Amino acid sequence: MINGILLGLVYGLAAIGLNLIWGVMRVINLSHGAFIALGMFAAYLLFTYGVNPYLGVPFILLLGLILGILVYFVALHRIIDAPELSTLLSTFSVSLFIIGIGTFVWTTTPYAIDVSLGSITFGNLTILGTRIATGLISIALTILLYVFLYKTKLGKAVRAVSMNRTAAELMGINTTKILALSFGIGAALAMTAGGLIATIFPFTILSGSVYELKSFVICVLGGLGNPFGALIGGLILGIIENVATLQIQSGLIPFIEFTILVVVLLLKPTGILGGET
Amino acid sequence: MRKPGISVIWIILLILVVGIIPALTGNIILRETVFLILLYIALASSLNIILGYTGYVSFGHIVFYGIGGYTAFVLIDSFGTNIILAMIAGGVVAALVAYALGQAILKLRGAYFAIATIGVNEAVKALVENLEQIGGSEGIFLNVNVYKAYGGAENALWLSYYLMLLLTIAVILTSWYVKNSKFGLGLMAIREDEDAAIVAGVNTKTYKCLAYALSAFFPGMIGAIFFFKNGNIEPVNAFNLTLSIEMIFMVMLGGFGMVSGPFIGAVVYERVRGILLMSEMFKDLHMAISGVLLLLVILFMPRGIMGYVKDKVTWIGRYLE
Repeated sequence: MINGILLGLVYGLAAIGLNLIWGVMRVINLSHGAFIALGMFAAYLLFTYGVNPYLGVPFILLLGLILGILVYFVALHRIIDAPELSTLLSTFSVSLFIIGIGTFVWTTTPYAIDVSLGSITFGNLTILGTRIATGLISIALTILLYVFLYKTKLGKAVRAVSMNRTAAELMGINTTKILALSFGIGAALAMTAGGLIATIFPFTILSGSVYELKSFVICVLGGLGNPFGALIGGLILGIIENVATLQIQSGLIPFIEFTILVVVLLLKPTGILGGET
Repeated sequence: MRKPGISVIWIILLILVVGIIPALTGNIILRETVFLILLYIALASSLNIILGYTGYVSFGHIVFYGIGGYTAFVLIDSFGTNIILAMIAGGVVAALVAYALGQAILKLRGAYFAIATIGVNEAVKALVENLEQIGGSEGIFLNVNVYKAYGGAENALWLSYYLMLLLTIAVILTSWYVKNSKFGLGLMAIREDEDAAIVAGVNTKTYKCLAYALSAFFPGMIGAIFFFKNGNIEPVNAFNLTLSIEMIFMVMLGGFGMVSGPFIGAVVYERVRGILLMSEMFKDLHMAISGVLLLLVILFMPRGIMGYVKDKVTWIGRYLE
C-alpha cells in the first residue's frame, strides 16, 4: 500500500506534464513517452559519471525544459491552431525521432541504475529508500509547480492562456512564449519522472510508451487538463497496481486500467475531481 | 448513384496490373512486397472512411485487425473452417464489435475519442494476453496440416495473395461508393460540423456507427488473411499500436478524405520504408528519418500528396478523388 502510494506519486508527476500540455495547449503529446525514456537515459548517463540520480534532478529538469521549448518551435508552433490530428501526428513524429536516435545510440537492451539508499522497516513492512526518495522528490516538484502556477505572474499567464488563449492574447500576454514554456515544463516533468522511475525499475529506450499509456489513464482519471487531478489519478493507479497484484493475476492489470480509462471517459469525461482547470 | 468514373478506374487498373505481375512471373520476393503494399492500401483506405470522411481520429484502429485475425484463427485452428468463410467471419465480428462499441465511444469527440480508442486497443490486448484458451501472450501456431486442404503451404500463400488483391479492390470501390453516396455526404457533413449536421437532419449517431463498423469490417478480413498466411498469431502483432499509427500516417501522407489518398500514401510509405531498411547507411536510423519525414509532411503539406497535387495542377482535379 505505501509502496503503491510512493509509486503513484511518480506516476502522477509523469502525468502532470501530459496534463499541463493538454490543458494549456489542447495538444495530446504523443512524444511524452519518448521524453520519459530520455529522462531515464539522462539519469543513467549522470549515474555513470558518478552523479547521484536524485541530485541530478535539477539538471534533468533544465535539460527537459530546453528540449521541450525546442520541440515546440520546431514541431508545434506552425500547426498549433490546426485540428487535433495534426498535433497528434507531429508530436508522434517527434517521438519517432527521439526513439529512433535512442535505439541507434543505446539499442533496445535493458539498463538499470543500481543505486541503493537502504530501507526502512516498520514491523513486517519494508520500504526501499529509493522509493521514498522518488516519492518525496515528486511531491516537492508538484508543490513547486503549484507555487509557480498560482503564486507567480508567469504562472498566472499560463493559467490565463489555458482558459482562453485569444482573450489572454488581447490582455497583452505573449502567448507564443507561454505555450513554448508550458511545453517545456511538460517535457521537463516527463523527463524528471523518467529519471526517477529509472532508479526503481530497469528500463529500455522503449519503456517510455508504457508510462505514456499509464499517464493517459491517470490524466483521464484525474480529469484531462487539470494538472493536480493527475496526482490523485497517479495515486489511485499506483495503489491499484500494488493492491491488485495480491488479489488477481498481474497480467490482467492493464486490462483493468484501460477499462477504467474508457469507462471514465464515457461516464465522466471531466475526471473524478470534476471539471475545474 | 453515379457509375465509377475515371477517378477510381485508374487506381483499380494500376492495382490489378501490379498485382498480376507476381502471379505471371512466379516471383516470390515480389509477391511478398506487393502483398505488404496491398495490405497497407486496404488498411489505410478502410481507416479513411472513419478518419477522412467522418473526421473521427480512430487511433487504436488496429484493434479490429486483431479481432478479425483472432476470430478467423480460432475458427481455422479449432474447427478447420475454410479460410474464405473464416475471413468473412473475422470481418463480421470486427464490424459488430465496432458497431456496439461505437454506440458508446462515438459520443466522445476529438481527442477524447482518440484516447478512448487507444484504451480499447490496449484493454483488448491485455485481455487476450490473459485468455489461455486462445494461447495467452504466447499466441497460437497453425498446424501445418491445415494448409493441406488448400494443396500445400505454397498454394495457401498464393491463395492468400489473391484474396488480398480482391479485398484491396473491394475496399477501394467501397471507399469510392461511400464518398459518392448520400451516406458519404452525411459523413462529410459530420466532419465539417457535427452540430450543424444534426440540425440539417442527418441521423449522426447511426451514420457514425455505420461508418465505424464499415471501416472495421475490412481490417477484420485483412487480419484474417494476414495471420492465416503468417501461420501464427500473437497479441503483440495483432494489436500493435505502431501499425495503427502507421495507418494514420499513410492516410495523412496521401491525402485525408480522398479515395486516391490512402492508396498513394500506402505505396509511398511502403517504398520509403523498404528503401530505408535496405540501405546500409540508414538501416539503424530508419525510425528517426521516418519521424523527420512525417513532421515535414504535416508541417508543409497538411492536405497530403494528392491534396497538394490537386491544388497545384488544376486540370488533374477531374481525375482525382
